[in-house]
Amino acid sequence: MAEQLPIYLDHNATTPIDPLVLEAMMPYLTGEFGNAASRSHSFGWKAEAAVENAREQVARLIGANAKDIIFTSGATESDNLAIKGLARMYQDKGRQIITCQTEHKAVLDTCRRLEEAGFEITFLKPDRFGVVSSEQVAQALTDRTILVSLMAGNNEIGTLHPIGQIGAVTRQRGVFFHCDATQAVGKIPIDVEAMNIDLLSLSAHKFYGPKGAGALYARRARPRVRLVCQMDGGGHERGLRSGTLNVPGIVGMGAAAELAGRHMSDESVRLTQLRDRLHQGITSRLDGVSLNGHPTQRLPNTLNLSFAYVEGEALMMKIRDLAVSSGSACTSASLEPSHVLRAIGVPDALAHGSIRFSLGRCNTVEQIDYAIEQVIVAVNELRELSPLYEMDQQQRQTQKG
Amino acid sequence: MKYSEKVIDHFNNPRNVGSLDKNSLNVGTGIVGAPECGDVMKLQIEVNQEGKIVDAKFKTFGCGSAIAASSLATEWLKGRHVEQAGEIRNTDIANELSLPPVKIHCSVLAEDAVRAAIEDWKRKNVIKPAEQAQIVSAQPGGSGSRDCEQK
Repeated sequence: MAEQLPIYLDHNATTPIDPLVLEAMMPYLTGEFGNAASRSHSFGWKAEAAVENAREQVARLIGANAKDIIFTSGATESDNLAIKGLARMYQDKGRQIITCQTEHKAVLDTCRRLEEAGFEITFLKPDRFGVVSSEQVAQALTDRTILVSLMAGNNEIGTLHPIGQIGAVTRQRGVFFHCDATQAVGKIPIDVEAMNIDLLSLSAHKFYGPKGAGALYARRARPRVRLVCQMDGGGHERGLRSGTLNVPGIVGMGAAAELAGRHMSDESVRLTQLRDRLHQGITSRLDGVSLNGHPTQRLPNTLNLSFAYVEGEALMMKIRDLAVSSGSACTSASLEPSHVLRAIGVPDALAHGSIRFSLGRCNTVEQIDYAIEQVIVAVNELRELSPLYEMDQQQRQTQKG
Repeated sequence: MKYSEKVIDHFNNPRNVGSLDKNSLNVGTGIVGAPECGDVMKLQIEVNQEGKIVDAKFKTFGCGSAIAASSLATEWLKGRHVEQAGEIRNTDIANELSLPPVKIHCSVLAEDAVRAAIEDWKRKNVIKPAEQAQIVSAQPGGSGSRDCEQK
């Protein structure tokens, strides 16, 4: 195969920088090195203008007012600023925060930190597809609730929460709504007005922008969200995020946001087709393969499969030509299987045998067909090695006999 | 996970994959681990009249190092006298494969599998009431089972 190997199928981890994004960034990594906060000379003015242009570009992608965008280092920082910042600001009003068991660690661990500080955290349990319904949210709300934090698209299984419906509930009940949209931005349409989102986290490197650049959307009106800043310093970004702005990163994020907006509708159709081709290609020739996540309400690029009788890390070692990730405990430092798969009720044995394929802009039909072959060969080889497969086959023989 | 070349070699070319007749008197079978913990090893030895291990086979559900550890164990078992087979230590396996610290449990599991196989053979062939009491089941969740947390 003439294709370059390995094939990158891990776009939910990160994406390559689009060449046009890099081009947009280059001047700010070289000659235009000014500090956006320098008010006294053209170096500073040019940097500031570039940052404000990027702010417009990012805002447009999520239907926001540019003034409501705060640049950060990435979605983890945005999540921390949104949740801790809001909790500290409104703790006298109430101390309950509602979130979900399948959130990213940046949200879960932030909430746990607040729990230690005396906040009451409600971790909603999703259904077997990973969905939390607006009814569940409505039922969990109390007069102590100050924030609901739910992700748009899950990073591991791709399941989409009904964000618009949840936003309608929180708005009606007068509770703030934070949405970690790190995986969804650039892949599916997000509109903070239509969805009644008050705070939204996003990260450039998930949509072909640079690493180290992110943003928090924080609504300034109808209703106004107030936050306590997490870092003290020069009072940048409305006083909410002190620190010299990462001008090249921000410019790259803006350019990436504009490109994402332009490509989204075509690309989501194309990726859905490729993803389903991969899914069907594998399941049509292998038994004991199950989908983790929602069959349809899912990010267009994400396919999380469990392969019975094999372990995920071993499977990844076999498919060296494919860059993927696994929910297996053996791939994590903690040796715990994925908290997301556990929360949706996937048995641990199957969680250990899970692989996440996340497709992206560079993937082709040829690559997907190659990936199908690789996966089938690898799973069959490992099943020949697996005592569980042998026992199961023997049991079936006995039942037949 | 970055593995040593020896792990990669055993993983890509596992030695002695397969199964022996578990009902045979000459065969000892050890099955250790648990699917929910992410690794199950089945290790079998065939012992001749002189007490020498003439064949060893394994099948493993688990990560790369679990497969490598059991593959290596079968290599070390073949040709040994059954009385010396129990001298195979997890530390030797871990050292030979240069296992990273988080994968030491794979070598522990391999040692457990070796012991379980020997015990199963002994149960079939050496009848000493004192030992009989100590022999534990060679089923999953038996002698080799441990909490996943111990990994």
